[in-house]
Amino acid sequence: MEISVIVFPGSNCDRDIAVSLKKFSKKNPKMVWHKESSLPKSDLIVLPGGFSYGDYLRCGSMAANSPIMSEIIKNAESGAYIIGICNGFQILTETNLLPGTLIRNKELSFICKNLSLKVENSESNFTHKYSDKEIIQIPVAHNEGNYFADQKIIDNIEDKNLIAFRYCNQNGEVNDKTNPNGSKNNIAGIINEKGNILGMMPHPERATDKTAGLTDGEKFFISILESIQ
Amino acid sequence: MKALVKIMPKKGVLDPQGKAIEKSLNQIGFPQINKVIQGKLIEIEIESSNEVNAKKIIEDASKKLLANLVIEDYEITILKGE
Repeated sequence: MEISVIVFPGSNCDRDIAVSLKKFSKKNPKMVWHKESSLPKSDLIVLPGGFSYGDYLRCGSMAANSPIMSEIIKNAESGAYIIGICNGFQILTETNLLPGTLIRNKELSFICKNLSLKVENSESNFTHKYSDKEIIQIPVAHNEGNYFADQKIIDNIEDKNLIAFRYCNQNGEVNDKTNPNGSKNNIAGIINEKGNILGMMPHPERATDKTAGLTDGEKFFISILESIQ
Repeated sequence: MKALVKIMPKKGVLDPQGKAIEKSLNQIGFPQINKVIQGKLIEIEIESSNEVNAKKIIEDASKKLLANLVIEDYEITILKGE
């Protein structure tokens, strides 16, 4: 099993994700600098959180045009698994590997806290270890996490069950009050139609160690690593 | 040759920054201001023998990087005599 973590200037969750991946795969992922024009053989590619290129212009817009991205697009087309977390999710929408985009949080403030998520699709390659509609606690830390797409796209991802996670409260209620950032339909994470690409704003890698508090991210990593095998 | 690219949120896209500016203006004594939309203005210097070609290049750059067409519209103006 080969895993690559892409490192952009301004990535700051690359080492956290590497620690989580190693914990569950027992193998160090390869750290790949964004200026590389070739990618080592990878079953899974992770775009980590952070502030690539200082979030200038639009979050993820510069990173989406990095040299390594054309390799990632090729790998995505040939079926490699791709995960984008936080800034990684923003990069995936900027490259059109996932539909829609992430805009400024509705209330304009940076949100950094543990939130409840509902697992909307527990059959995907990334979520099959969770039970259906399981409520989990995962931290978020973002300023531009407000998922936006036109109604046609939203209808399509709803109809095809491509929403991996939705923001909710501890009782699983999904509504405007439990929507932290204004995302359409409380969307926190989505999957592409082919089922090999996932983008999410919350940070599962920050919920894999008891000493740091939360552990609900464990099933996320076990799910995808099992899918690869 | 110089050009300006004006980038504005598409109609119907939530613009929390514009809304915040609007509220602030209302609070500091401009109650008559009732709609603020925030966009971006980018000034570009480009080497090109003619305006048509310059505009075409900037159009490509706008689609590829400067604007996100999911949420933004762009408008290119070539600055005469600069």
